[in-house]
Amino acid sequence: MITVTNLRKTYRQGERTVTALDDVTLSVPKGSIHGIVGHSGAGKSTLVRCLTLLDRPTSGSVVIDGRELTSVKDSEVRTARRRIGMVFQHANLMDSRTAAQNVAHPLELVKTPKAEIGRKVAELLSLVGLTEFADAYPSQLSGGQKQRVGIARALASDPDVLLCDEPTSALDPATTEDILTLIRKLTQTLDLTVLVITHEMHVVKRICDSVSLLERGRIIEHGALRDIVGDRAGSLGRSLMPLPSSTADATLPELELLLVGETASAPILSELTRRFDANVNVIAGTVETLGGSRFGRLRVEVDSARPLGEITAYLEGAGVHVEVAA
Amino acid sequence: MNLLDNLFQNPGITEALPEEFLATLQMVGISGFFTLLIGLPLGIFLHTSSPGGLRAMPVTNRIVSDVVVNITRSIPFAILMVSLIPLARFLTGSSIGPVAASVSLSIGAIPFFARLVETSLRDVSSGKIDAALVMGSTRLQVITKVMIAEALPSLIAAFTTTLVTLVGYSAMAGIIGGGGLGRLAYNYGLQRFDTAVMVVIIVIIVAIVQIIQLIGDRLAQRVDHRTAATAGARQSRSDRRQAMANNVVGV
Repeated sequence: MITVTNLRKTYRQGERTVTALDDVTLSVPKGSIHGIVGHSGAGKSTLVRCLTLLDRPTSGSVVIDGRELTSVKDSEVRTARRRIGMVFQHANLMDSRTAAQNVAHPLELVKTPKAEIGRKVAELLSLVGLTEFADAYPSQLSGGQKQRVGIARALASDPDVLLCDEPTSALDPATTEDILTLIRKLTQTLDLTVLVITHEMHVVKRICDSVSLLERGRIIEHGALRDIVGDRAGSLGRSLMPLPSSTADATLPELELLLVGETASAPILSELTRRFDANVNVIAGTVETLGGSRFGRLRVEVDSARPLGEITAYLEGAGVHVEVAA
Repeated sequence: MNLLDNLFQNPGITEALPEEFLATLQMVGISGFFTLLIGLPLGIFLHTSSPGGLRAMPVTNRIVSDVVVNITRSIPFAILMVSLIPLARFLTGSSIGPVAASVSLSIGAIPFFARLVETSLRDVSSGKIDAALVMGSTRLQVITKVMIAEALPSLIAAFTTTLVTLVGYSAMAGIIGGGGLGRLAYNYGLQRFDTAVMVVIIVIIVAIVQIIQLIGDRLAQRVDHRTAATAGARQSRSDRRQAMANNVVGV
């Protein structure tokens, strides 16, 4: 469980004061994965640096499993940090160490006995599927393998929280899929609380239970994945499940439909055709299962003698979010 | 043949050379040792105390970097050497001989090596430092386990360069009383027009430099795992050694 309350971070930049994080509040339950999305410059990196105490927040608090992190004394920062495992975009492994030695690094820092280190490292490497690469140097590993070593290293100090900063942004699609599957698996088996910082929407769709949108240092949308995608007012839902591009003909009225849960499985369009004696033509559409629910976003042309208002009223009544496209 | 006979009868070579050769090794050895002992921590300090460094101390950094290091480095070595004679006498009890010369050699080489160390450490990516900090390293652990470990190939190269420079400086130190091959070359070659001795000395100095460079390069390569090529080279070499060992057992 990680709770961030009213986190603020301001920097002095010459005369001006820059607010990098403005009143950020979020909470991630144990065993779940929370995504933080935002454009570059939105404050994602600052948030990471505040959570790992590489930067001290100006005000606000970070609590991990009931223990306050932000108020610890400088001398206790190191112990506090060991409760957080961090996965970096570029893995940041030591080139002078083999995979096994990299994983052993956090254990060496607290003078773990050699036998214990050996046992733990073997266990972690097998957990990320790299047992046979224990003696390989990072330069001999692929990007995905390096990231696996990075994940094993992050888990070496038995942290409660795994913080992933753009974990797949430097990887190809197939490797991205592998790493995301691994993170999901580890979250369940080790009962971790995971925070994934990313600019890639498919990462959020693939593994996150909940998501926050960070913009100019503020969280402007947040919620469970299914609520966010089903929220027609927010922009995050549309970014998570955008309509494929289409060319509009504009001779007929166009509607944009958002179908959530049950309605996404119901035969709404055939029903519409029957009731209103209408020809319905799908121009663009996407149907996906996210966070255990089905979602559909459709753009349709409707050709009917009956007024459009009656049609939209019927659809809204059936639980479909309707927007008349301009 | 005649030339060789002449060389072996030349007292400059048979009597003075071995002694001066050892004096040169002594100067390079002693000053190399102290340069490493003082220059490495100084270089680490220059890097970690710089603005945005592991332990930023902007004012102290400015003083050490601009005043101490830069001023020492801008004084020509010949002048530095002469001006440090009193200090050498104070520290070693003598103003001549290889041990006394090592004082000025060390003081000349320490800031040079410290700058090279600073540059090497700067090349260790900040991401690795962050990773080490987040896993709970102390500053000292970051320095020893990350900075020095990751920069080791380039630190070895820097020390090799420093040793080669010290060989050159030691020849200069010889002329003002340090002894060594530099003085021999000066006395025989320049003042007695004994070209043969001079050529022999030059060959020996070139050989010393080549050997230092060769050993330095080998060591640097050995600890370098930064690219697949070098990491792999090491492995294939040990594979080959293993294969040879197996053969021997087989025979």
